[in-house]
Amino acid sequence: MTEDIIATVAVTGNEAAAEAMRQIDPDVVCAYPITPQTEVVQLYAQMVADGKVSSEFVTVESEHSAMSAVIGSAAAGARTMTATSSQGFALMWELLYVASSYRLPVVMTMVNRALSGPINIHCDHSDSMGGRDTGWIQIYGEDHQQAYDNCIQAIRIAEHMDVRLPVMHMYDGYVISGAIGPLVMLPDEKVRDFIGPFHAINPLLDTKRPVTVGPFDGLHGWYFEHKVSQNRAMDRAFKVIQDVADEYAEISGRHYGLLDPYRLEDAEIAIVVAGSTAGTTRTVVDKLRARGVKAGMVRLRVFRPFPYEAYAKALEHIKVVGVLDRADSFGAQGGPLFMEIRSALYDNDPRPQVLPFIYGLGGRDIFPDNIEQAFAVLERAAQDKKRTSTERRYLNLRED
Amino acid sequence: MSAAKKPRWDVSDIDTWGPDRHELGATIPVAGNSEDFETGGWRSQVPVIDAKKCTGCMLCYFYCPDASIIIENGKAVGVDLKHCKGCGICARECPADAIVMKTEHKE
Repeated sequence: MTEDIIATVAVTGNEAAAEAMRQIDPDVVCAYPITPQTEVVQLYAQMVADGKVSSEFVTVESEHSAMSAVIGSAAAGARTMTATSSQGFALMWELLYVASSYRLPVVMTMVNRALSGPINIHCDHSDSMGGRDTGWIQIYGEDHQQAYDNCIQAIRIAEHMDVRLPVMHMYDGYVISGAIGPLVMLPDEKVRDFIGPFHAINPLLDTKRPVTVGPFDGLHGWYFEHKVSQNRAMDRAFKVIQDVADEYAEISGRHYGLLDPYRLEDAEIAIVVAGSTAGTTRTVVDKLRARGVKAGMVRLRVFRPFPYEAYAKALEHIKVVGVLDRADSFGAQGGPLFMEIRSALYDNDPRPQVLPFIYGLGGRDIFPDNIEQAFAVLERAAQDKKRTSTERRYLNLRED
Repeated sequence: MSAAKKPRWDVSDIDTWGPDRHELGATIPVAGNSEDFETGGWRSQVPVIDAKKCTGCMLCYFYCPDASIIIENGKAVGVDLKHCKGCGICARECPADAIVMKTEHKE
C-alpha cells in the first residue's frame, strides 16, 4: 500500500493474520500447515514466492521441527514467527518450554481448534488452554481485526526488554479463521515504524562474541532462579502489554486493554468469555438490558499473564459471575478460565459467586439462546439467598 | 591470545546470585570457559604415573577425554586433578604399563 488510504477490506481471519505477517516481514518463518491454520502458511509461502516479503521461509516436516527451527532461528538472532493449531501445537509441546526459557521473543499465530480425540477439526480452546503453563504470553482475539491487531502488537510485547518472552495470539478456528469479516489495515510503513528494528540479545551468529545457548544447568544449578526470572518477566508484561496497546491506539484508533468489559459499570450479573463468542454475548447483553436485566460482560483478552488484579477490580460489584469456558480441565473444579476468575475474586469482599459453564467443545454451536440460559442461571443465583452450586453447567449439550 | 587476556565471565560468587542477576535465558555469554567446569570431583580412582617407565609415546595424552595429562619435555609427568574424572583410559592404553589406577581416598 503506497498511499495512506485506510479502507475496510473483506478477508478471512487467516488472511488478516497473513497480512499482518507480511507487514511485519520477519527474518524467518518456520511453519507446517495444519487445519484450520493452513491458509496462513499457504498465503505466506505465496508472499515469499512472489517476493512481497524478504523472509526466509523454512518448510519443515512437522510442528516439532517447526518449533525447533524457530528456536534455532531466534537464538541465532533473527526475528522469527510461526503459526499452528491443535495437534500441531501439541506436537510442539516440549519445545514451547524451551523457547520461553531461552527468552526468545518469537510470535506465533494460533488458530484455535479442538484436540483429538475423537478427531475433530472445529473450534474450541483446549489446544491453547492446554499450553497455558508453557511460559508463553497468551492473547485471545475476538474477530478478524484483532487477529491482525494482536499479531502486530505481539511483536512489540515479545521483544520488549522488560519481557523477552514468546507470545502466541489466538483466534477461533473457522468462525474467524475461515469466515469472511471486515478488516482495516494500517499502511505498511506505519506497521514497520511501529514494530521497529529487531534487536537480538546474545545472538549465536555474532561470531565476534561467541555464546552458549541452552547449556546444561549443572547438577545443583540455577534452574530455580531462571524459572523465577521467567515469572518476573510475566509480571512486567502486564504494563508492557497495556503500553503497547496504548501506543497502537495512537496509530490505529483502536483501543485495547488487558481485558475488554462491556456494559459492566452498573451490572449485577456478568459473563466472562473468550474469542468470537464475545460478539454473540454482547447481543444477548443488549437484549437483556432492553428487558431491564442488569447484565454485563467481560471479554478475555490476555490470559498469560493473567490480569487477576484487573479482574478483581472490574468484577468487584458483580453479584454472580458466569465463566464460559470453551475448554475443560478434566477432574478440576471447572474450566481453566473459571479457575482463574474464581481465584482472582477470592480476596474480594463481598466475594462474588462464580459459576462454571462449558460450551462449544469440538465446535458445538453456541446460540444466543444458550447464552440467555446462562444469564438466567446467574439471575436466579443473584436472587437466591443461599450460594449456588458450582457444578459445571453445559451449554447446548445433548442430554440423556 | 593468552588465557589472561580473554574476557572472562566472573561467576566466582554465582551461588549467591538471585533470579535477576543471571544471564537472560541461561545463556553463557562468553566462550572458552569449559575449563572453569571442574569435573575432578566425579573421580573415585586416580591415575598414578611412573615417570621412569614412561617412553614418551603420548598415547595417554591423546586418548584422555579431558586433556588432563600433563606433559613436560615429551613425557607424562602428572595429571590435572581438577578435571580428571578417573576414567582409566590412560592406564588401559599405556603400552609401557607406566600408569596404574589407584583408589582415591578423599577427606
